[in-house]
Amino acid sequence: MSLIEITEVKKRFGDNEVLKGINIDVAPGEVIAIIGKSGSGKSTLLRCINGLETIDEGSISVAGAQLLPDELHLKALRLKVGMIFQGFNLFPHLTAGRNVMLSQTVVKKTPKAEAEVMAKKMLERVGLAHKFDAYPDQLSGGQQQRVAIARALAMQPIALLCDEITSALDPELVNEVLSVVKELASEGMTLLMVTHEMRFARDVCSRVVFMHQGRVHEIGPPEKVFANPATPELKQFLGVIH
Amino acid sequence: MSDFTTWDILRNLLLAARWTVLLSLVSFIGGSLVGMALLFARIGKSRGGRGFVRAYVEIFQGTPLLMQLFLTFFGLGLFGIDVPAWLAAGLALILWSAAFLTEIWRGCVESVAKGQWEASSSLGMGYLQQMRWVILPQALRVAVPPTVGFSVQVVKGTALTSIIGFVELSKAGTMVTNATFEPFTVYGFVALIYFCLCWPLSKSSQILERKLNVAHRNH
Amino acid sequence: MNYAFDFGWLFDYWPVLVKGILITVELTLVGGILGVSLGIACAWARALGPRWLGAIVATYVELIRNTPFLIQLFFIFFGLPALGVRMGELEAANLAMVINLGAYGCEIIRAGIQATPRGQFEAGASLGMSRIQTFWYVVLVPALQRIWPALSSQIVIVMLGSAAVSQIAAEDLTFAANFIQSRSFRAFESYFVATLIYLALAIGLRQLLRGLGWTIFPRRAAR
Ligand SMILES: Nc1ncnc2c1ncn2[C@@H]1O[C@H](COP(=O)(O)OP(=O)(O)O)[C@@H](O)[C@H]1O
Ligand SMILES: [Mg+2]
Repeated sequence: MSLIEITEVKKRFGDNEVLKGINIDVAPGEVIAIIGKSGSGKSTLLRCINGLETIDEGSISVAGAQLLPDELHLKALRLKVGMIFQGFNLFPHLTAGRNVMLSQTVVKKTPKAEAEVMAKKMLERVGLAHKFDAYPDQLSGGQQQRVAIARALAMQPIALLCDEITSALDPELVNEVLSVVKELASEGMTLLMVTHEMRFARDVCSRVVFMHQGRVHEIGPPEKVFANPATPELKQFLGVIH
Repeated sequence: MSDFTTWDILRNLLLAARWTVLLSLVSFIGGSLVGMALLFARIGKSRGGRGFVRAYVEIFQGTPLLMQLFLTFFGLGLFGIDVPAWLAAGLALILWSAAFLTEIWRGCVESVAKGQWEASSSLGMGYLQQMRWVILPQALRVAVPPTVGFSVQVVKGTALTSIIGFVELSKAGTMVTNATFEPFTVYGFVALIYFCLCWPLSKSSQILERKLNVAHRNH
Repeated sequence: MNYAFDFGWLFDYWPVLVKGILITVELTLVGGILGVSLGIACAWARALGPRWLGAIVATYVELIRNTPFLIQLFFIFFGLPALGVRMGELEAANLAMVINLGAYGCEIIRAGIQATPRGQFEAGASLGMSRIQTFWYVVLVPALQRIWPALSSQIVIVMLGSAAVSQIAAEDLTFAANFIQSRSFRAFESYFVATLIYLALAIGLRQLLRGLGWTIFPRRAAR
């Protein structure tokens, strides 16, 4: 059974149709890389799955539950699916630890002590246990992004959406974040990630989705997609990247 | 209850509002002139001048306008002059406005990039020439919206002059209330007239500011 | 000018002054705390609340910002009893200050909210927080931090504006000065002393608010 079912999803901004009927089924534990040119709708797709944008047509279901645009359903969905952003979006007025604790105490009503234990555990998992009391502006970009991952993990999601989570980082900081993601993948976390790190996609992902002009242009295991691109668009895209 | 019709009330208030308008104009124009002089001292080379203006602003922005009115009124009285209320009112409001306008304009001048000062002195311009030809023209554009915005504070500030006995809109409101015993209606109208004077100024300040921001973004 | 300054009356009247100072401080404290709270609520309504509520708040803000505090005070104290709403001088003075600061605070705080990066709202949402929760736990503190200097100045302005409450016989510092000058016939000296006290209060309040800012906002605001 699929964990995430995306069926005929369409999304328009005004008369600009950004998603033109997307179909993807994600099995539990799958790691999917979404690649494609800028503006092809990758971010919009992830944002739709997290309910940050409402879809115009089609349906999205996560673990059997339909995505509906009211606060109750959205909250239920977001408890199952976490999201990591390109710009980290840590809360600047809270320490790393408090960043991880906040949604547990506020959304799940977890007692503070318990939330703190969980926060310590999650920061440990991303290798930042010692930064519990540091504020975001005292952390490097790579560290901030790892705190953001810990923050999402603390909600114990069944899947994570990652939108170009290393694009805002200096090159030398990319690997510390990717290795955390790799670790998650090996532990069986379901991941949907938009990425430009082709080597990472090839090594870690079970499937690669190539998006082009709001459609899934090609989809398949990385060996096939990277070694034998079927369409000229993907060939060109990979050529540009390499 | 009285022989005052609503129209009588409104007419009396409107007549008094002329004095509010006049006092506002005098205060604003006078305040601008004094404020401009203070501005030159504030951003000038003389330390004494800068210190004086800083203290001046601190005092006028750190004490109630009402106290400034009292002190002007009774202070002028110490010279043995029988001070008319309008004189004390005008003088105090001019000095008060000057402090605020100077501060506003100083911010605008300082927002002009440092490179502009350096570039113009490298061209051999003197201080006054720099101000006249390079700095002020740029600062002026930025200064218009907050200056118009401050004019609203001046109009509202004139209300306090009623307390030292200047008969303008607020004082007229109190007088008409005492004659009609209809404070709700009278003060409602007074507020409405002030609103009609102030709102267009507030609105144009907002619009000017928005225009300025758009212009900046297009640079 | 042959006038001899005389501050001898200070000895007789200092209890009056002290009482006036205490009332001015009380008005500022209540006005400041409740006024900023009202300002936060109104800023939320204008920036993030339902449209009809935003429109009502906008009207309130425009009405207050475009009329003199003195008239607001008179309207509340003398005008409202016509509607059966009666209150004492101090209550009226407090109410007027809260309403006044609420309107100015609303606009200042709204600017702080609107400068919030969109990602902050999205991060809150993606963690399952409701819109209100996101506002309260995520957006508000950095927003207040951004505009804290402007808000502090406005609180000082409202404190100085409170001098007008003497006109409805609320017994604040200005009222005390009026009282003393009517007894001692030393008008200039009375107001001079009161003015100095106001200056000290303004400087003290400014420092207090700065210190408060340091304790509430331990870190720099984002971007
Ligand atoms: N909030 C929005 N309003 C209007 N257009 C948008 C919005 N978000 C994205 N778009 C448009 O949707 C298209 C796809 O954007 P996006 O999903 O961000 O692409 P990608 O992440 O693949 O670069 C772009 O043309 C972009 O301009
Ligand atoms: Mg994108």
